[in-house]
Amino acid sequence: MDKMNSIFDVAARAMSSQMTRLNTVASNLANANSVGSTPEETFKALRPVFATQYAEKVNKSGLSTVDVESIVALDREPGKVFAPEHPKANEQGYIFRAAVDTDEEMVEMLEASRQYQNNLEVLSTLRSLMMRTVNMGR
Amino acid sequence: MDSIASSLNVHAQALNLRGKRNEILASNIANAATPHFKARDIDFNTELSKHLENSGPLNTNDARHIPQMGVTGPTNLKYRVPTEPSLDGNTVELAVEQMQFSENVIRYQASLNFLNRRISGLESAIKGE
Repeated sequence: MDKMNSIFDVAARAMSSQMTRLNTVASNLANANSVGSTPEETFKALRPVFATQYAEKVNKSGLSTVDVESIVALDREPGKVFAPEHPKANEQGYIFRAAVDTDEEMVEMLEASRQYQNNLEVLSTLRSLMMRTVNMGR
Repeated sequence: MDSIASSLNVHAQALNLRGKRNEILASNIANAATPHFKARDIDFNTELSKHLENSGPLNTNDARHIPQMGVTGPTNLKYRVPTEPSLDGNTVELAVEQMQFSENVIRYQASLNFLNRRISGLESAIKGE
């Protein structure tokens, strides 16, 4: 793990974590209508697991950011639909729909993009403060 | 020399602490979605008075010693008490953090302006114009 020295590291990692979250939402929504012949092969919604990354000597600097620890597939039951004419249907005539709740994904997307914006806003505010501080006394 | 330093001292220390607090609040905002993260903050007034009465970790025991300038960082990081605790154990409340952050940014700019005025005042005194 690289050293975390400044606000730029904090915001950059937080934004890339939120971007990973947006990527999983995109994958989930893209696969929302995919089907499978067995519950195992059917797509299940992906979620990133966030974990706090503390800077060294966090009690002095107070710096901490967030990283994606892992990406897990949610343990959900795929929807079982009776469709014997479907090419993917199994012997009993059932297909399995991907376990993705599109409404939930939309909420997830909004939250992730809001938090991405928050981090960007903090970064640009602090950047302009730094510029003014650099020009102190002029 | 000493009087120049002391005329800038309060605002320099305040600016330093405000900068530190900005970083702490930014860390809170970065962790707004992390389960079990506990929001941190410092009490600005106590930290500032602590740094003003004893600026830096080096002690002086002789009148000819030069006191150390600059803050080494907040020494007493505290945990924020959430008004509305959430289920995942995260104590960051975005509205609170954003409000504190914007206030802190304004106060940082105020300290910066004070410093700029002091510096231009000193400059015109030195030039004697």
